[in-house]
Formats: sequence, structure tokens, C-alpha cells
Amino acid sequence: MSEFSKTDYSAVPDVRGHFGPYGGRFVSETLMEALDDLEKLYRTLSADPAFQAEFDRDLAHYVGRPSPLYLAERLTAKVGGAQIYLKREDLNHTGAHKVNNTVGQALLAKHMGKPRVIAETGAGQHGVATATVAARLGLRCQVYMGADDVKRQSLNVYRMKLLGAEVIPVTSGSRTLKDAMNEAMRDWVTNIDDTFYIIGTVAGPHPYPQLVRDFQCVIGREAREQCLIQAGRLPDALVACVGGGSNAIGLFHPFLNDDSVKMYGVEAGGHGISTGEHAAPLSAGQPGVLHGNRTYLMSDEAGQIIETHSVSAGLDYPGVGPEHSWLKDIGRVEYVDATDEEALTAFRELTRVEGIMPALESSHAVAYAMKLAATMRPDEIVVVNLSGRGDKDIHTVAGIDGISI
Amino acid sequence: MSRIKNCFTALQAKGRKALIPYVTAGDPAPEVTLPLMHDLVAAGADIIELGIPFSDPMADGPVIQLAMERALAHHVSLAQVLDMVRRFREDDDKTPVVLMGYLNPIERMGYARFAEAAASAGVDGVLTVDLPPEEATDVSPVFKAQGLDTIFLLSPTTTKERARLICEQASGYVYYVSLKGVTGSSALNVTEVANRLDMLRTVTDLPIGVGFGIRDGASAAAVAAVADGVVVGSVLVNQIAEHASQPELARKGIAAIIGEMRGAMDR
Repeated sequence: MSEFSKTDYSAVPDVRGHFGPYGGRFVSETLMEALDDLEKLYRTLSADPAFQAEFDRDLAHYVGRPSPLYLAERLTAKVGGAQIYLKREDLNHTGAHKVNNTVGQALLAKHMGKPRVIAETGAGQHGVATATVAARLGLRCQVYMGADDVKRQSLNVYRMKLLGAEVIPVTSGSRTLKDAMNEAMRDWVTNIDDTFYIIGTVAGPHPYPQLVRDFQCVIGREAREQCLIQAGRLPDALVACVGGGSNAIGLFHPFLNDDSVKMYGVEAGGHGISTGEHAAPLSAGQPGVLHGNRTYLMSDEAGQIIETHSVSAGLDYPGVGPEHSWLKDIGRVEYVDATDEEALTAFRELTRVEGIMPALESSHAVAYAMKLAATMRPDEIVVVNLSGRGDKDIHTVAGIDGISI
Repeated sequence: MSRIKNCFTALQAKGRKALIPYVTAGDPAPEVTLPLMHDLVAAGADIIELGIPFSDPMADGPVIQLAMERALAHHVSLAQVLDMVRRFREDDDKTPVVLMGYLNPIERMGYARFAEAAASAGVDGVLTVDLPPEEATDVSPVFKAQGLDTIFLLSPTTTKERARLICEQASGYVYYVSLKGVTGSSALNVTEVANRLDMLRTVTDLPIGVGFGIRDGASAAAVAAVADGVVVGSVLVNQIAEHASQPELARKGIAAIIGEMRGAMDR
């Protein structure tokens, strides 16, 4: 396993935000100065112990960290293989890992003196997490959300409104997450003087993939320490779902130098990779440029971005964070997929066996982890990132069951 | 010498400024673009910026987003856009054509393959909205080797140091975006633009085109008084949106606007 030890993971991204051939800063000129300013500020603050202490304090007292690492004994017994531990990001304030990042970026906005924040959202978890920190800091907040997602995530839309944010439905393009991100970029370029753009995942132009990763790495740092204390050793495998990929990077990154730890990123297989109706650019796409970075994308022969499909709105995105593209190419992380059906089965299974209702996004990770654990020995350990809670998905699941609630 | 350079040299000799209309290729339908390009020249355009349709035009406002959606409804591809230029060149060997678009369709075709095909079709320059000079160090030489001018954007937020870096890589002309925002925005401040152009002229001798917020003869003339070229897009594309089912009317409307701007700029 010494091949990975030669890679210096702390050397990426480089000064221009490149992860090998991926990442970078592909935006129109008007945004370049703002990104330069953000990069400089972040470089200063990330080396500043006072800023780190402020961030850690918020994570402890506002988010409720550390989140538990929970041994799912009944699920483990049922699967009959490796021990399955769940990293309980669903127990964070607002119910998902997204808040780790919005707390961090809100601190940056505060340091930059910006009175207004904007965000894009798919499932609404990032929108809620942004509206939450905006309410806490008294910042004006507008959230762009695809018109189709507004319909399928009505609970989160109302949560954002209660928190004082304005939700703007986006009707252009495919009316989902990618279009919300286009619209947020357009807003930012227009209101750049007073607005901070809180990007929700490890994608976008440099320095976003880096700073979102850094804020989310608390997941992996805690999980590593907890596993060493609770199990007395490192896990054998990590499993996390990948849409944009922020919860996965957050879990994986602190383990990258631990050669014995295998990592699996689970993309949304939708109706199955062979049907073409999925959201799995790493499994079935090719490199291209979208939303400010070069990365694996779902695009057609002519370079047009194609519409994706997933039962989970949070994974319904044609791109992926550039660091994942790099980790795929160098072979450090294996990218696999779970279909809608597999995710729904895992959703029901975890709910019934452990009394934990996972988000449909996280259910993809649970589905693959169950398959993987079954092939492993009982003395081995799999850590699954349970990135969010499933309350927001109850309408979707009920709809599939033919029940109207 | 490139068509773009020839064009600016000839205009300067006459004391005139370049009028540079933008239309999206294939909007509202592929067969409209070629006659529309000839209309633009007949009405007084000096350079044509031809938009490459893209599914995610992040830097464009609703008017041009919808234009791209209309073109993509006909599956207009980059290869077809190059074919439109090739056919335009059969009857017009003089008017420079600049392709304007986003990187992904070009990257998917392959930089070398695109550059060769574009040059052979008669394209003169390429403006890739989401390709700042920092990321263009591999791409620009490939384009230049085929004689394509690389046109870059400058904006109100561009510092003097960045302007210098950008202009070093640019050729043909540079495109100054007059305001913070997306295409189709209003509220152009000509005094502010004039001040910025004064700064930019200290770092480059390239002609400077100005776009965003130019809507009629008066605003075109005001910008022409301080810039080398006037870029106009959304107000033309609006004509197509209004008459999408009757392209003849759209073409007439566009020719009338270009004619009015030309007259106002030359007065």
C-alpha cells in the first residue's frame, strides 16, 4: 500500500487551486478580484489561531459537535460481516453536515463585512443551513433553488422562510441544483460589493473547494479519533455519498495518509447507470468545465450539460468536487454507485433496524456499506457517513408508497 | 495581418469606431443565422460576435439564456456554428467573426481540433467567457498557432496589474464589460467607463470594445466617443425573442437598431 504514501495530500490544491488537472478558477473576469480577495482573507484566517478557536467554539456550542460515532449493532448483525459504525452528522443542528461549512463561511462573511449572503440549494439542507447562520448573525439571505426542487422539498422551503430567508425559485434550464448555482453566480457578479456567496459543496472556483473541504474535515478528524478510542484501531473502510462531495471529502481527507483505510464514494445511480438516468459523473462522465472548475461532468458529445436523475435532490447534480476527480484518477478513492431502489431499501432498513431515519442522500452510502460489509470479516470496521436526517424526505418516500400525507 | 486588425486600422484611418453586434448562433432557428449575419453587415456592423449556444450560460442574463435555449431546442452544436461561419465566408471575406461562448463545448471538441476547424471555417477570434488568462496559458498558444485572436474580458473590478496580465495574452481587441452584472443589465455610466478606459490605455495599445448596457443610438454614440468599439447584444436578441415565430420581422428590427446606432456613432 506504499503507493499512496508517496502522494503529498497537503500539497493540493496548488496556489492556483488545481488538484492535478482539476479545479482552478473558470469564471468571468468580474468575479476574479472577489475570488482573489476571498483567497487572501482565507489564507490569513486559516492560519490564525483566534479564527480557528472562534470556528471550533461555534461547532461545539452552536452545531453541537462532536457528533457521535455509533456502532450499529443490529444492522451489523443483520448484514453479517464487518462492524458498521455511523458517523452521526444527522444529529448536528439543522440535521445535516452542511452546517459545518455554513458556520465557517458565515465567519468569513462577517470578517469581510458583507451584510448579505446568497446560496444555492438542491435538497434544501444547504439553504436551511445558510438561512440559519444568516439569522444568527443578522445577515440578509437569499437562497436560489430550482423550481422543481422547491416543489419536492416544500418542508425545507418553509423552514428557510421561517428563518427569514427569501427563497427564489429558478425556472431556467433543468430547474434543479445546477441551475440554482448558475443563478447564484449571476446574482453574485451583480451584487459583488455587498454580497458573500456561501457555496454548499466542495465545487466552484478556487478557493471554494479548498475552504469547504477544510471546514468539513472536522467530520473525519473526529471520526478518526473516535474510532481509535472506541474500537482501538483505525477503520478498514470509509463510505460516503457523493453529489458535490462535501460530506465525503470531510470524512475522507483526514484519513488520506492512512494507507490501510480504503475509501468508497457512492454516487447516485438513479434508475441504473446503464439507463443513462443517473447522477454519477465519476462513474459514467468525463472531464469538462462547469461552475468555475474543471472536473468530471455529465455532458453530451457537443459539450452540453445533460440532465441528471436521482431520487435524492441533494445528489441530483451533473458535476462533482474537483478533488474527487483527482482522487479517482490517482486511485486513492474508489467511486461506486447505488440506485434509487437500493437507497430506498437502505432508508427503510436503517429506520426499522436502528431507529435512525437517514436522508435519501445518506441512504446511498448506507446501501453500499451494507453490500461492502457483507463481503468483509466480523473483525473489520466500516465507517459510514450518515450525512443527514431523513425527515425532509418523508413526503418523497410516502409518495413512492402511494401515500399522501 | 488579421481581419480584426485590418478592420480597426481601416476604421481608425476614417476616424470611426467599430460597431460589434452579438447574436446567438441558431437563434431562433439554424437557418436564420446566415442571412442575419449578412443583414448585420449591410446595416453597418464592422465585426460580428457569434454566440456558441451552451446549456449553462452562467455570465448571461435572461435574454441571452433564452436565446441559447431556443438554439439548443434545435440541437445547434459547435460544429454547426463553425459551418455557419464557413457559409458566411462564401459571400463575405472581409467582416471579422468572433466566436463568443463558454469553455466546455470547446474543451469537449478538443482545443487543437477546434482551433484548426475554426481557422479553416474563417473564424477570426475567440472569446471564452469562463476562461480567464490564468487558466488560458495552455489554450491561447493553440489558438494563436492557427491565427485566431484571443479576446479577453476586462471588468470594473479588474485591477491595473491584472489588466496588464490580461492584455499580454490578448490579441485583436479587448472587451471591457461596462458594469458589474450579467448581459442585458442596464444603468451604464459613461463617465465611469471613460475613467476606466484611461487607466486601461496606460497598459495596452489594443483597441478596446465596450459592452453591457448599450441599448440605443444615444448610448452607442456616448460609448463610441470614448471606446474603439461598441458591443451590443441583448437589445438585438430581444427582437428575436419578440418575433421568434416571424424571423423576418426580427431581422428587420435588428437591422433598424444597428442602422440607428451606426448613424448615431458616425454623426
